[in-house]
Amino acid sequence: MDIEAPSYKWVGTRPVRPDGIDKVTGRAMFGADFSLPDMLTGKILRSPHPHARLVSIDVSKAAALRGVKAVATAADIPEIPVDNAFVGDAPTNFRHWSSNVLAREKVLYDGHAVAAVAATSPAIADAALALIEVDYEVLPHVIDVKDAMRDDAPVLHDDLFTAGVEPKPDKPSNVAKRVEFTLGNTEAGFAEADVVVERAFRTKAVHQGYIEPHAVIANTAEDGQSQVWCPSQGHFMIRAACAKLLGIEISQFRVFPAEIGGGFGGKINPYLEPVALLLSRKSGRPVKMVMTRAEVFRATGPTSGAALTVKIGALKDGRIAAAEATLTFEAGAFPGSPVGAGCMTGFAPYDITNVKIVGYDVVSNRPKCCAYRAPGAPIAAYGIESVLDEIAQRLDLDPIDFRLKNAAKEGTKAAYGPQFGKIGCIETLTAAKDHPHYGAPLGPNQGRGVAAGFWFNFAGQASAAVNVNEDGTAIVTYGNPDIGGTRASMAQIAAEVLGIDYDKIRPIVADTSSIGFNDITAGSKTTFTAGLAVHEAAKDVVGQLRERAAKMWDISVDAVVWENGVARPASSNAGDFDPLALADIAAMAGKTGGPISGHASLAATGAGPTFAAHICDVEVDQDTGRITVVRYTAVQDAGRAIHPSYVEGQMQGGVVQGIGWALNEEYIYGSDGRLQNPGFLDYRIPVASDLPMIDTVIVEVPNPNHPYGVRGVGEVPIVPPMAAVTNAVASATGVRMTELPMSPPRLLAALENGS
Amino acid sequence: MRYEAPRAIEEAVALLADAEGDAHVLAGGTDLLVLLRAGLVTPALVVDIKHIEEMCEIAQADGGFRIGAAVTGAEFGEHAELKRAWPGVVEAMELVGSTQIQGRATAGGNLCNASPAADCVPAMIAAGATCTIAGPAGRREMAVEDIATGPGETVLGKGEIVVDFLLPPRPPRSADAYLRLIPRTEMDIAVVGAGVNLTLDDDGLCKDARVALCAIAPRVLRVAEVADALIGSAIDDAALELAAAAARAACQPIDDKRGTVEYRTKIAGVLVRRAALIAKQRAGNGS
Ligand SMILES: Cc1cc2nc3c(=O)[nH]c(=O)nc-3n(C[C@H](O)[C@H](O)[C@H](O)COP(=O)(O)OP(=O)(O)OC[C@H]3O[C@@H](n4cnc5c(N)ncnc54)[C@H](O)[C@@H]3O)c2cc1C
Repeated sequence: MDIEAPSYKWVGTRPVRPDGIDKVTGRAMFGADFSLPDMLTGKILRSPHPHARLVSIDVSKAAALRGVKAVATAADIPEIPVDNAFVGDAPTNFRHWSSNVLAREKVLYDGHAVAAVAATSPAIADAALALIEVDYEVLPHVIDVKDAMRDDAPVLHDDLFTAGVEPKPDKPSNVAKRVEFTLGNTEAGFAEADVVVERAFRTKAVHQGYIEPHAVIANTAEDGQSQVWCPSQGHFMIRAACAKLLGIEISQFRVFPAEIGGGFGGKINPYLEPVALLLSRKSGRPVKMVMTRAEVFRATGPTSGAALTVKIGALKDGRIAAAEATLTFEAGAFPGSPVGAGCMTGFAPYDITNVKIVGYDVVSNRPKCCAYRAPGAPIAAYGIESVLDEIAQRLDLDPIDFRLKNAAKEGTKAAYGPQFGKIGCIETLTAAKDHPHYGAPLGPNQGRGVAAGFWFNFAGQASAAVNVNEDGTAIVTYGNPDIGGTRASMAQIAAEVLGIDYDKIRPIVADTSSIGFNDITAGSKTTFTAGLAVHEAAKDVVGQLRERAAKMWDISVDAVVWENGVARPASSNAGDFDPLALADIAAMAGKTGGPISGHASLAATGAGPTFAAHICDVEVDQDTGRITVVRYTAVQDAGRAIHPSYVEGQMQGGVVQGIGWALNEEYIYGSDGRLQNPGFLDYRIPVASDLPMIDTVIVEVPNPNHPYGVRGVGEVPIVPPMAAVTNAVASATGVRMTELPMSPPRLLAALENGS
Repeated sequence: MRYEAPRAIEEAVALLADAEGDAHVLAGGTDLLVLLRAGLVTPALVVDIKHIEEMCEIAQADGGFRIGAAVTGAEFGEHAELKRAWPGVVEAMELVGSTQIQGRATAGGNLCNASPAADCVPAMIAAGATCTIAGPAGRREMAVEDIATGPGETVLGKGEIVVDFLLPPRPPRSADAYLRLIPRTEMDIAVVGAGVNLTLDDDGLCKDARVALCAIAPRVLRVAEVADALIGSAIDDAALELAAAAARAACQPIDDKRGTVEYRTKIAGVLVRRAALIAKQRAGNGS
């Protein structure tokens, strides 16, 4: 595909987002803001045990309580057989999700949903939950990933046999899967190396920490038709999940996207939605469910905690000779950690001949982990970029020069398989090196660290429509929940193609019955994929506008061009007509063929991979072990920033989450297997006053597979920060932290041990 | 649940004294509402004291200050004279929560919630503050350090409320300081906190000192040994090291998700040293 020459009118500008004013005034409708007449409150009873057999659940007293209109357990939903667990070729195992939404036979973590009620008031719903009698046979539990791999560990699933090993194990275990990626011969590579560094690292499970809790309203009418309002990262996914989990046809219901207050991967999967729908179908009333923050922490998606080892060898001249890593990821209660992505991304910024990466996906008695911004990649990058830093130090090389010397470029074969096309790894590292931050002086007790990161980015399916209104304005309709400002980007793309002003275009995210299927808003794909669909739909409109102008002038359509928002005759040969603006043509639509409406449905490929390079300065209080991030610069290849402010926002947000992961965020379990910090007081995401302004530099190496060159931007910014902060701490103190988070007690202990 | 908002202290006392079942005072509610929502308390009666004028005022009295128990953190911070005389007390109260919490949280609530990690309490104890307690049997005065007896436990009997805090008159060359350690910069609970209040003599030697620590024992502790290490010294390195050692020795902390015994003990020494230096500098500046 040819990249359009970058003389854009709207692409690359910074107009105000269409959803902005509603959000700052509080008018925007998030999940918990909806209500309907006669609405019931739904609540969930959750397991207090990390691992127990459900001997019996007696809901009769709860069901008999005045005001209780429905009670549900796993017995009310179909058990999904193993060989029918998947829909199409999507990776979601619905058998597991079914047991996660309402526990069947066993509870597998503190907070696992056991039963649900719908009642006429929250107080009655609470009283009903207290009346549900659950007989638990408490089983031994295991929390830590290393413990879960031991031979004598309690086994969570009797039918889980490690995949990816030959021969197939004869005993079930908690190791769901082994994956391996190799390139060349690492043994030979290490033999040549002048310096080899091998280190082991640990990271803790962390939560996406979105401000909005999960919330939903489901309403079912007498004819069985249901409507669901909820925030999610894909209302088509919520529709698919509800249909599959409850065994109902997709045409039976319609899902409306609420405004979403953050997802970061954690709102891809169903939790409350199928339960609310079930309760509404049972009661015949609207049912609203909103999680408390404690429920969000106990029962929804942290990403994996991990144990990893990294070994890298390099030659004196700074070339990497060989690299190995073993990543062991907690999956939570069901298989499916992002260990595969961790393995694939860690070494991807580098051109290395000899690579071997092994990953293990391990279940334990924790909430089922789910995607979190570049799933798996930050963990891998933490270990790998830390070891690279140490090697650069040993070889007395500038850490950016060392990375540049090994940087992946067009034609590099990545260890995970593909050969890179046009990428911006070198450009990104170079921009970091040239940034004034990199040479700025440091104060006492301060140190500077750098780290690089990679993310694939995804493409997938999208459907969009552009409808021209009678007055010459237009509506852009697409089907990806807008989490990061994509409505603005979609309107900019349509404005660019149509040649009309941004504020003449109103973009909306349509419900599941109003537009064709769309994949989730995830994988940094929406501006790329939905943007392609909007681009195509707008081009469809341009074709129709030319046809209408041709009709109005009574000349051939080939003799009409569309330029700067007006139709003109292609040349004087075509005739002498005054240009027709979009509004002129729209006004005549009824007489020239009816509504002007462009559509596009596509399965995109060619998402451009992206790279980031970060520079972090910290100051360490040597007496208390407190770390303050004093300066931070994030450099990233965006391909082309459609709306630079929202690209910068993604970069800053990713950095902040990565800093939280590095410094203080962690799931803390007691010896009883219960989560001890299910709230923002003791689960410490950074607050605004903890952080400096995060400086951003957008590099643009256009993606050749997109008309404007767009690459995904939302995920790669969380990849380097953990390593960048760790490397900065090592530079400030001489102590390399191999365990996250680097909370003050941990760092002080390490400073005193000098290790 | 019954909610009452009386206008007079006697009325509040009567409501609480006559209550059947669980009755709670409501000040800013930043502790109480959290417990309510978590289902940890189920009061039959809530008595809101924010409509009692006497409890919402800061007044200068007898050379010192009388601070109503329902005065909020934000009001502490806006009171210029109080801030000048008792910078440590004010900075401690202003550390509670965030801007939003500051508009609600009160010093009385901080004391009566009886958290071992309450920020305002060590500063009040170091200041030598007393408080007035009103109850069915009338009024009495008690030292702030004697109010809490353990986590969530106080000496207050049925129907008793804390009416106000009394901060004594300030001798010249006196100042206080409060420091706490939290992993973040706000919205957190002290891992350790230290309040130091000093008076210097004309030669700059420490004439008088009071020191209190929080989050190192089941209740906020006044530690006389730390003060003794400072009194008579020039608050030099040697004295500070003795004070830090005394602080560490006084610690009886626990291991929990917010900190370890070892860490809290070390940090108690660090904070005492740093807070004493700040107080010394403030006192020397004549503030
Ligand atoms: C987000 C957040 C952050 C916080 N951060 C901090 C912090 O940094 N440091 C800190 O120390 N605390 C913190 N807290 C706890 C709380 O804000 C403080 O303890 C605050 O001072 C409590 O005051 P209040 O007026 O809100 O108390 P309330 O919740 O109204 O009352 C607390 C308790 O004291 C009783 N009570 C209140 N007033 C009286 C009275 N006059 N007489 C008798 N009994 C009374 C109540 O019955 C209740 O049991 C935080 C709380 C939240 C929610």
